[in-house]
Amino acid sequence: MTTAAIVEPLDSGLAPATDRESTRLLRRLLRRPVTVVCMVWLAVVVIVAIVAPILMPHVASQNAGNIFKVLQGPSRQHLLGTDSVGRDVLDRLLVGTRVTMLGVVESVFVTLVIGVPAGLAAGYLGGRTDRAIGWLTDLTLSLPGIALVLVVLSIFPSSMLAGMVTLGVILSPFTTRVVRSATLPIREELYIAAAQVSGLSRFYIITRHVLSRILGVVIVLAAIYAATSLVTQTGLAYLGLIVPLPAPSWGGMVGDGISALTNQPWLIWPPGVAMTLTVVAFGLLGDAVRDVTAERWSGARVQRPGRRRAAPMAGAGPSPVAPAPASDALLCVQNLTVRFPSRGSVRVIDDVSFEIAAGETVGLVGESGCGKTVTAMSLLRLLPGDGEIVAGRITFDGRDLASLPEEQLRRVRGREIGLISQEPMVSLTPAFRVGWQLALSVRVHHGVSRRAAQATAIELLRSVHLPDPGLVARLYPHELSGGMAQRVAIARALAGEPKLLIADEPTTALDVTVQAEILELLRELQRDRGMAILLVTHDWGVVADLCDRAVVMYAGQVVEQAELNPLFRRPLHPYTRALLMSDLHNAPDLDHLPSIPGSVPKPGAWPHGCHFHPRCGYATAACRDQPIPLEHPTAGRDTRCIHADQLSVLR
Amino acid sequence: MSALTHSGMWRPAGRMVGHPVVRVVLRRAVLAVPLLFVVSALSFVLSSLAPTNVIDLRLPSGTAAQRAQLARQLGFDQPIYDRYWHWLVHALGGNLGTSYVTGQRVTTEIGQRFPVTLSLVIPTMLVMFVIGVGAGVASAVRGGAVGRAIDTLSLVGFALPGFWVGAVLVSLFAVRLHLFPAIGYVSLAQSPTDWARSMVLPVAALSLLPIAVMARQMREAMMDVLASEHVRMARANGIPPRLIVGRLALKSASMRAVTVGGLQVVGLLTGTLFVEQVFTLPGLGSGLTAAASTGDVPVLQGIVVFFTLIIVVINLAVDLTYTLLDPRMRTS
Repeated sequence: MTTAAIVEPLDSGLAPATDRESTRLLRRLLRRPVTVVCMVWLAVVVIVAIVAPILMPHVASQNAGNIFKVLQGPSRQHLLGTDSVGRDVLDRLLVGTRVTMLGVVESVFVTLVIGVPAGLAAGYLGGRTDRAIGWLTDLTLSLPGIALVLVVLSIFPSSMLAGMVTLGVILSPFTTRVVRSATLPIREELYIAAAQVSGLSRFYIITRHVLSRILGVVIVLAAIYAATSLVTQTGLAYLGLIVPLPAPSWGGMVGDGISALTNQPWLIWPPGVAMTLTVVAFGLLGDAVRDVTAERWSGARVQRPGRRRAAPMAGAGPSPVAPAPASDALLCVQNLTVRFPSRGSVRVIDDVSFEIAAGETVGLVGESGCGKTVTAMSLLRLLPGDGEIVAGRITFDGRDLASLPEEQLRRVRGREIGLISQEPMVSLTPAFRVGWQLALSVRVHHGVSRRAAQATAIELLRSVHLPDPGLVARLYPHELSGGMAQRVAIARALAGEPKLLIADEPTTALDVTVQAEILELLRELQRDRGMAILLVTHDWGVVADLCDRAVVMYAGQVVEQAELNPLFRRPLHPYTRALLMSDLHNAPDLDHLPSIPGSVPKPGAWPHGCHFHPRCGYATAACRDQPIPLEHPTAGRDTRCIHADQLSVLR
Repeated sequence: MSALTHSGMWRPAGRMVGHPVVRVVLRRAVLAVPLLFVVSALSFVLSSLAPTNVIDLRLPSGTAAQRAQLARQLGFDQPIYDRYWHWLVHALGGNLGTSYVTGQRVTTEIGQRFPVTLSLVIPTMLVMFVIGVGAGVASAVRGGAVGRAIDTLSLVGFALPGFWVGAVLVSLFAVRLHLFPAIGYVSLAQSPTDWARSMVLPVAALSLLPIAVMARQMREAMMDVLASEHVRMARANGIPPRLIVGRLALKSASMRAVTVGGLQVVGLLTGTLFVEQVFTLPGLGSGLTAAASTGDVPVLQGIVVFFTLIIVVINLAVDLTYTLLDPRMRTS
């Protein structure tokens, strides 16, 4: 009694109930015209399969028709013509539908009856059951399936049931695998755990909760197998192995057509078209169910409604862009705005401006999700997904990278601006040796011979202080440690001798000792080569160590920028101040590390007015009312805060 | 003990076993033994379920005495495990028995039929790799209309049964246009040009499905690789798109081509059954069909075991290619 009381809310609230789920699925499917056409066609086929043999009982046993009218093309009397013994092709096509579809049903039924429970058991129970089922699956997959079907058919001559059941058994491991991998993630979900805790039996949980969730997958599989089985069934019927003559079947009719191919090429078409249309219908239906269920569970549909309307425009069209800068900065970013159309077109970067002088090291600082990496990537126009620069100017060495043609931009990449990423281990192609990949970059940038490129590659490896560069060149990326991989990545970035190096959290993934070495390497390169560095980081220690200046970003905007000394002494934005306070190095007392309450709002959820005001102790009504512009209170300093003068000296 | 293991005598053997290629071969061999055992035992047990069918087929109007004699001759009076043991011992010695129908040794039969199937399967695989990979990569790189066209074509490739396509091809190119022979097989040794002409239509019919599967899988694999971090970093490094696609991404994506290729060969064995029948090619597929319809159990079993061997070899080849393509496989 108590259990039932706990079960009820589980059923109605947390777990999707089977019937509701299936009706929802059906409603979504019916919205697609192609799907409706497929369903109608399949419904017609099924009805014909049931009705035709009842209405035309004589056709199945008809040995010969009018022998004076054999192999005729379509006519008024015989709409699809006559076959090699004068029987009506249309009649046989309609009556032959039953045996064809029956074979499909037999095979699909068997494959699901074996495969679904096996997959559920393997995925839900795991452990030894999983391993045993996995072994059986592997074994079955290595069997010569069709040959075994023929062995069975030699023992049970002309038995379609035996043949199609065997086919179903042979197809079942695919079902097992797919169902297993669909079950695995569901098993980890909260409501399953809740059901387990409340003492429900495994069998009940699997049948009631898990099965309803994988319904879509099972339907997709059923559709695919229906298509496969239909092709195999017609093939076996064509070989004359499963449908004893004179009974009609689609495959048998193709066989009849093939033997009369020289005299009447028409005969292969009616059964061929029927087969193809039915297979296509199953295939498209499967695709549609897959798409619909994917929509359902990925939550992609959330962003669909009112996508255009939801896009908040900064004024009308791109914000007015300042003329090309007069300054002699190496890189000058002005009013950069980036947007992802696939994510509801919200701005991810909003009106970002900053500069980097030649040979200068600038830190781009902020919490995760503030848009630092997106800003860095947009400089090379390498935004992930469909991210696009919708406004702004990126002036580098006199050219606007935001509007430069792709091919010219490619020559800037690597040769004038280098990039190293926060994931050195996956930044090299796994299939090629380190030296080969470096040499490729050298050849691309300098057009030298293979041999010279190889020598340069080894020189580059030496210049990043890798011990035994000749050996490292022969290693594959997976054989490198994180620190080595980052050194190799830096070496590759140096191959084109760039004037600016973008380092996107270059030490985040590394051990502390290795971090220091990499930072030291960067400092040395900066000193020796006079290279400018844009260092993306959330670590003030790294900034203090390496940078001349810092640009602080919050929720897609630059909120402050200044030289390091004045910035550390007296930040002019509450966010910078809070960020500095929460840093280990500035904490007065390690037991009470101050943290900033709340979290960075996601793009699209930015508050009106100052983006930081909900988390800010200085916020007033003015902060909420309207966007805050970037101000220049003193030379070389920018802040996006109207209360900057209230902020006191830190230490 | 440690002196022994470190002495020169032991080292070569140790290195041999540790070598990835040897390891792969050993692992596959360990799997292959139970597999071949299961397959042969399965077909034996199955055929013993209804032994009278064989006798019915061979002696449709025989007397009871004749039938009994045939049953004895075929060994049906012995217990099944005795017969299986008998077969197994002979099979290990390379003797798969004698055909009920032709009286020929099964190995001879397979030896005659295998070249026909090979000359169908090998060109089909070539076509699959060249067109399938090409189309898949092209649609991944170009996207848009090309991608949609290839998706549509692959749906058609999935939907059209090979034997029906074969029939359509014959009616069009052989019967109407007289470009190729409709049916029949000319061996490569007899006349290479006639062989090639006789193979065009069967290969076209057989390769439609594998091309479709390969194109679709390569498209997905290529799109995955092109979206990966290492490709993004290669772009950031200014590597031109043609090198990124042709050198860097293609090698990573080719793993998928090998996997799909291996699976498709297994699928092709099914396809040959139907296509060989349409074009009356005397290969293993039509041998299997004939044996199934005449109840020629030894030939059936022989071909089933041979097919299993082919699958084992293909899986081995796939694994070995992995170790060539992916350096991680070599060291792990």
